[in-house]
Amino acid sequence: MAIDYSALKKGGFMRQKQKGRFSLRLQVVGGTLTSENLQVIYKVADKFGNGYVHLTSRQGVEIPYIRVEDIEEVKEELAKGGCKPGVCGPRVRTVTACQGNTVCPSGNVDCYKIATELDQRYYARELPHKFKFGVTGCQNNCLKAEENDIGVKGALDIQWEKDKCIFCGVCEKACRVGAIKIEGDNILLDESKCNYCGRCAKACPTEAWDGEEAYILSFGGLFGNTINKGSSILPLVKSEEQLYRITDAAIQFFNDNGKPSERFKFTIDRVGWDTFQEVVEEAYNG
Amino acid sequence: MAEFKIDDTVDITDVVCPLTFVKAKVAIEELEDGQVLSVKMNDGEPVQNVPRSLKEEGHQILKLLDNGDGTYNLLVKKVEE
Repeated sequence: MAIDYSALKKGGFMRQKQKGRFSLRLQVVGGTLTSENLQVIYKVADKFGNGYVHLTSRQGVEIPYIRVEDIEEVKEELAKGGCKPGVCGPRVRTVTACQGNTVCPSGNVDCYKIATELDQRYYARELPHKFKFGVTGCQNNCLKAEENDIGVKGALDIQWEKDKCIFCGVCEKACRVGAIKIEGDNILLDESKCNYCGRCAKACPTEAWDGEEAYILSFGGLFGNTINKGSSILPLVKSEEQLYRITDAAIQFFNDNGKPSERFKFTIDRVGWDTFQEVVEEAYNG
Repeated sequence: MAEFKIDDTVDITDVVCPLTFVKAKVAIEELEDGQVLSVKMNDGEPVQNVPRSLKEEGHQILKLLDNGDGTYNLLVKKVEE
């Protein structure tokens, strides 16, 4: 019986150099695996693989050396621990994320929640080429948002509340971009300089900086054969609902305009950034 | 500007991150609840980060004073857990 390699690749079984062996890619969201997941991964790697796993460059797990004849049994075994095979090829890939504000003091948003929502909406969706999402919690950018086709960066939309302020001077220095100036009993925020990092709000001893969770989106990032930093062409995104309206529109744009084997950036380059901007601005405005 | 009674001082201008925060943290541990520590620190990373780190430890930041010579004095009131 001939092996349908492309069907296997689509289903997360990556052909190895070694004949008849496959490296099985698992579906992982935001680099998070439960202890239950890990137990079953351990069992499968031990029984059906070569006793090890490979952690991929995008927070995934691959179990190498799976035999083609074991594939169905491996899938059944993994399902017992809540794991399933991932995907490869021209479709939406693993959504990566840092730990975000549930764990990290610097985080502005709940990255795992956003990554899970993006995963549920788009994972494995067929597109002209591979498509990557990454969610990072703040300007420290541990998750490297701009190297993804769509990057999401957590931000704080800040507002100064004068009645809570003790004019201690901490925020003026905590701001790395010089956007805050204290003048007498007033604080001036230069919004053209503010990068929404939220450091003023996090440093403020009296909660005089009120910060609402927000998102900075970037489009067209690549970090493979071509390297390109994704472009942020929209103002601050202020709600999750607005965020998903924009990602819906952007992914639809790629679906409708992309040529086979053309990455998102090159589709936008060819069709025109102005045209793409109109599409995402319309979604931004609802 | 309100005046603050300073109970102790520490100079962290002779160390670099992460020892800046460590030195400040050790100094404040010596104080009683409600006492005020003045922490002398350099411009740049120390003044960007140390106030926030002390806040995250639960202490009360009162004032950041610019000494005009590239150093700052941070006044922080000890808050016991």
